[in-house]
Amino acid sequence: MGEGQTRFYYWAMAPAVVLVGVFFVVPLLQVLWLSVSEPALGLQNYAALIENPLLQRVWLNTLRVCALTTLIAVTAGYLVAYVMAHVHEHHRALMISCIVLTFWLSVLIRAFAWVMILRTEGVFNSALLSLGLIAQPVRLVRNEIGVLIGMAHYMLPIAIWPMYSNMRSLSPSYIHAARGLGARAWQTFFWVYLPLTKAGIIAAAVLVFILSLGFYITPAILGGGRVVMIAEYIRVSFDETLRWGYATMLASTLLIVLALGLALLARLINVQKVFGA
Amino acid sequence: MTGGSFWPRLRWSLALMAGWSVLGFLVLPMLIVVPVSLTDRNYLSLPEHALSLQHYRAFFTHELWLQSTLQSLLIASISATTSVVLGALCAIGCWRLSNGWSAVVRLLMLAPLIVPTVIQGLAMYRLWVVAGLYDTYAGVVLAHTLTGIPFVLISVSAALAGFDVKLEQAARGLGASALDTVRLVIAPAIAPGLVSGGVFAFIHSFDELVIVLFITSREIRTLPKRIWDGLQDRIDPTIAAVSVILIAATLLLLAADAWLRRYRAQSRINAARVPRDLPRA
Repeated sequence: MGEGQTRFYYWAMAPAVVLVGVFFVVPLLQVLWLSVSEPALGLQNYAALIENPLLQRVWLNTLRVCALTTLIAVTAGYLVAYVMAHVHEHHRALMISCIVLTFWLSVLIRAFAWVMILRTEGVFNSALLSLGLIAQPVRLVRNEIGVLIGMAHYMLPIAIWPMYSNMRSLSPSYIHAARGLGARAWQTFFWVYLPLTKAGIIAAAVLVFILSLGFYITPAILGGGRVVMIAEYIRVSFDETLRWGYATMLASTLLIVLALGLALLARLINVQKVFGA
Repeated sequence: MTGGSFWPRLRWSLALMAGWSVLGFLVLPMLIVVPVSLTDRNYLSLPEHALSLQHYRAFFTHELWLQSTLQSLLIASISATTSVVLGALCAIGCWRLSNGWSAVVRLLMLAPLIVPTVIQGLAMYRLWVVAGLYDTYAGVVLAHTLTGIPFVLISVSAALAGFDVKLEQAARGLGASALDTVRLVIAPAIAPGLVSGGVFAFIHSFDELVIVLFITSREIRTLPKRIWDGLQDRIDPTIAAVSVILIAATLLLLAADAWLRRYRAQSRINAARVPRDLPRA
C-alpha cells in the first residue's frame, strides 16, 4: 500500500477511536481514579472489602449465583450444542432460529415473562395446583431460584455458541476411529469427544461467568431486592448515598475481577480459534 | 446420525428430546406472554372468560406509552445510523491495515460488550453532567452509538472476511480515490454486513435500559424505562401487550435480515456462474 492510502485507513478508524476514547475510556479511567482519590488519596475505600460484612455478603451472593448460572448454562448448553452439531439440516435451522430470537429479545421482557410464569399466582403454580401436584404455591420469585432461572435463560444462547462452533469444527473421523478400535459409546464420549470439546466448554464457562458478574436487570427484577448482587449494589450506592468513593471502589473491584477472568481465558485457550473470529 | 441398531437410535432420540426440551425452556417466556396479553381482566392473569384486546388498545391510545415508543424509535434510529457509519469505517480501516494498531483498536471497540452496563452508566454520568448531555436526546444517542459500535464491527468484519482485497487494489489501480473505493467498491460488497450491523445496533439501542437509568431523569423516558417503572409498582397487563408487540417486531427484523442475507448470497452465486471460462482471481 502507498503511504497516502495507509494514511486514509488510519483516518477511517479515527472518528470511532476518538469517540470511544473520549466518552468511554476516559470516564472508565475516572472511575478507577475516583476509587483511590475520593474523599482522600489512598486505599481507604477498599478497606470496606475487609471490614464491611454487608459488602462481603453481596460478593458471596454474586459469586455463588454466577457459579451456579455457569454450571446450569454450560451443562444445558452443551447438550443443545451437541444435538445441534449432529442433527439434520432442517432441525438445525429451526433450533438456531429459537436461539437467535431469544438472544435478541429484550432482557427486560424476558425477566417480566419469568415473573408472570413463576410468581405465586403465576402460570406455573396454577398449573401445578390444578393438577393437584402441590397443595401450596411454591415460592419461585423474589429469591435465588428465580434469579438463577432468569440468568440461566439469559446466558444459555451465549453458552451454546462457542461450544457449538467448536463441535462443528471437529472431524468425525476421531469418533469413527475410536469406535473402530473397539471403544464403547460411553468410552468414546468421555475419553475422546469430551476432551476434544474442552476448549469450547472452557470458553463458554468463562464467558458466561464474567458476563453474569455484572448483571443488573434480571437479578433486580427476579430477586426483588432479596438477592442483591454486586451490580445492583453499585446502582443502589450511586442512587441513594452518592458516596462516589465507595461506588467507584465497587465498580473498580468488579472491573479488576473481570480483567483477571479475561486474562485467564486468554491463557487457557486460543480465543480466536474457538470464536472463529 | 443414523445408527443401525436399537441402542444408538434410542440414545440419539433421548439426546434429541433433551435438546428440544432445553430449547422449549428458551422459548417458553415468549409463548406465555401472548395469552396473558389477551386477558379480559385488568390485572396480570390468563384470560378467564374471553379473549380481549383491551390492553393493546390501552397501549395504542395511551399518550405516555406512545410518547415513549416514539422517543425510543428516534433514539434507536439515529444511534444505529451513526454506529453503522463509524463502526464500518473503523472495521474497514482495521481490515486493510491489519497491524498491531488495528488489533488494539478492535479490542478497544469491543470493550463495551464486556464492561458491565452498570459501570458504563456510572462512568458516563459524571462526564454527561459536566458536558451538558445529562437527560438529553444527544446524550442518550451518544451513549448508544458508542455501545452499538461493537455489533457493527463484528458483522462488518465478518462480511469483509469474504471480500477479495484484489478488488480494492484493482479499483485503486484504475485511479479511484480511497474514498470512492470505499463508497463504490467496498460498501456495496459488504452491504449485508452493514444491514445486519445496523439491525443489531438498532435492537441494542431500543432495548438498552441500564445506561439510560444513569444518564437520564425526567425528560427522556424511553420505552424500556417506562416498562421498568411499570414493573416497580402494580404490574399492569399493558406491559404484556407491549412485550408481545416487541417480540413480534424483533422477530420481523431478524427475519428480514436473514432473508436479505440469503437473497444476496443467492444473487452472488448466480453472478459468479457467468464468467466460468475466466481464470479466477
